Amino acid sequence: MYRVVRIEKVVQETPSIKSFYFVDNSNPAPGQFYMVWIPGVDEFPMSISAIDDLKRFTVKKIGDGTAAMHNLQEGDRLWIRGPYGRGFKPTDEPALVVGGGTGMATLAPLINALRDADVIIAARNEKELLFVDEFPDKEVHIATDDGSRGFKGFASELAAVLIDKKEYGMVYTCGPEPMIKAIVDICLARKIPVQASLERFMKCGIGVCDSCSINGFRVCADGPVFSEKELAQMTELGKWKRDPSGMKVKI
Amino acid sequence: MLSITINNLHFPNPFLLASGILDESADTMFRIIKHGAGGVVTKSIGMKKRGGYQNPVIYELPYGLINAMGLPNPGIEAFGEEMKKLKNCGVPVIGSIFGGTTDEFVYLAKKMENYGADAVELNLSCPHAKGYGMEIGVNPNLVAEIVGEVKKSVSIPVWCKLTPNVTDIVEIAKAADKADALVMINTLKAMAIDIEAQRPVLSNTYGGLSGPCVKPVGLRAVYDVFKEVDKPIIGVGGVCSWTDALEYFMAGASAVQIGTAIATKGPTIFAEISRDVADWLKKHGYDSIKDVVGVAHR
Ligand SMILES: Cc1cc2nc3c(=O)[nH]c(=O)nc-3n(C[C@H](O)[C@H](O)[C@H](O)COP(=O)(O)OP(=O)(O)OC[C@H]3O[C@@H](n4cnc5c(N)ncnc54)[C@H](O)[C@@H]3O)c2cc1C
Ligand SMILES: Cc1cc2nc3c(=O)[nH]c(=O)nc-3n(C[C@H](O)[C@H](O)[C@H](O)COP(=O)(O)O)c2cc1C
Ligand code: FES
Repeated sequence: MYRVVRIEKVVQETPSIKSFYFVDNSNPAPGQFYMVWIPGVDEFPMSISAIDDLKRFTVKKIGDGTAAMHNLQEGDRLWIRGPYGRGFKPTDEPALVVGGGTGMATLAPLINALRDADVIIAARNEKELLFVDEFPDKEVHIATDDGSRGFKGFASELAAVLIDKKEYGMVYTCGPEPMIKAIVDICLARKIPVQASLERFMKCGIGVCDSCSINGFRVCADGPVFSEKELAQMTELGKWKRDPSGMKVKI
Repeated sequence: MLSITINNLHFPNPFLLASGILDESADTMFRIIKHGAGGVVTKSIGMKKRGGYQNPVIYELPYGLINAMGLPNPGIEAFGEEMKKLKNCGVPVIGSIFGGTTDEFVYLAKKMENYGADAVELNLSCPHAKGYGMEIGVNPNLVAEIVGEVKKSVSIPVWCKLTPNVTDIVEIAKAADKADALVMINTLKAMAIDIEAQRPVLSNTYGGLSGPCVKPVGLRAVYDVFKEVDKPIIGVGGVCSWTDALEYFMAGASAVQIGTAIATKGPTIFAEISRDVADWLKKHGYDSIKDVVGVAHR
């Protein structure tokens, strides 16, 4: 059954990403997600990107559903169910958080909950960087693929540099899967604990349909956050996903 | 104590994974087997790749689920890869299939047999896919024809899965005379309306109801058919606990399948039910689960 929430505020974050603020009395953990229904259009998974009196979804325009959401304004309504899934396990040790693209939406509430964290925010170019000013008390590094701001290159390359300089007790990551895969490999090789939030095409969101599974792990119910022991078993990570029919397709 | 034999297939325990729940990929089925399932039934597979319906495809209720997945599946050719991985998985694998014609059912059944399936389960009962499932399964003549033709063309056991959306399920069970076993029930045709959106929730409008609320319906179906038809029955519908399972056995089921309960209780439900049913049997002086099958009819 859905809860209907009113959009209190809309913020254009980047040319392709908008944030939607709303009031809802559920109590999610960082890394958990909701299923958002736009009646007559589509229903899709969205991470919670802020957990305060006002909650927030931060949405990139991808297809019909997210495009319809981008057309919504203050006063319009969203139908939501959740929170679902297993979120991040926090740590007291120094942590490195690496977010690519909308991956930062998933990571934002975690970063605010961590005591000691350095952050890498990465995007294709300067314009698509998300939440660069949101964490004033954290050390924020920036990477862009085209070098328009900060480090020129992939987030994983910058992560390797930072990891070799400082002793981190945990690495958290979310973003494009090739980036996640590269960071997981770096951490596995150096035996640093890592948690990654994964994305797969979702239908039920509650662990019955198998559409979101990766090597037998249900992203909606066993994840979306997985730790190094599970990630190491995922031979499909960064290589294969499944389309809505369940057919394996290359990432 | 829990092991059973149905149509010469040996199951380490009578708690099987129901079709359509966590069985699109071999890896996930392996995981369910690791958690103690006595056998697995695959997602229903058809002739061609189908993406299924647009979301929302599921609606959660306090007492169950309504789903209209729309029979998504990669198609029988592509599914061979998953079946190959399941060889030597340690428990029987039942290939579920759906077709729009008798010829399609025959083709799909032969394919499943070639892929190494230990039995086929004919989905004559999905309530929400046009031209498939229940649209065929409510017609005794079609049921008899499809089961008969499939039976002639494969040598593995043929299980027939029945819909409860009929006036008289015993009539359909009798029409499936050539089947080696009967599986009942599939979901009940149902719908949900969101009063704020003022429209049906499921993109397909209609779906199938499953979970705790359908158990009394499934139980009644098994009880009635057990009285009239002499072949193994696999009970499905709302099994969430060891007591639910025992009710089905006592009504006449030789095994049960579990679906929706995995959402609420997780895959560990298989081991838990096995343990608790075995405890109950011991406490009541039974040596085998077989001894309680149909006892409610005494
Ligand atoms: C747990 C989880 C959390 C998420 N959190 C966020 C978030 O905070 N912010 C955000 O912007 N997005 C998030 N997403 C992704 C978001 O759900 C998709 O962008 C959305 O479903 C697209 O819907 P649509 O109707 O606009 O596009 P569709 O028309 O459904 O799809 C358009 C194209 O994108 C592809 N696609 C759809 N979903 C995915 C996916 N999950 N992975 C890869 N490709 C996909 C489709 O195959 C298609 O080619 C999350 C996804 C998951 C699984
Ligand atoms: C999400 C979902 C998908 C299903 N898909 C199929 C299917 O492909 N083929 C089939 O024969 N039954 C399918 N079913 C029906 C189940 O196998 C089972 O008969 C029904 O859900 C009742 O059992 P349960 O209450 O334990 O779930 C599906 C059920 C659900 C909830
Ligand atoms: S979306 Fe259905 S199992 Fe994850």
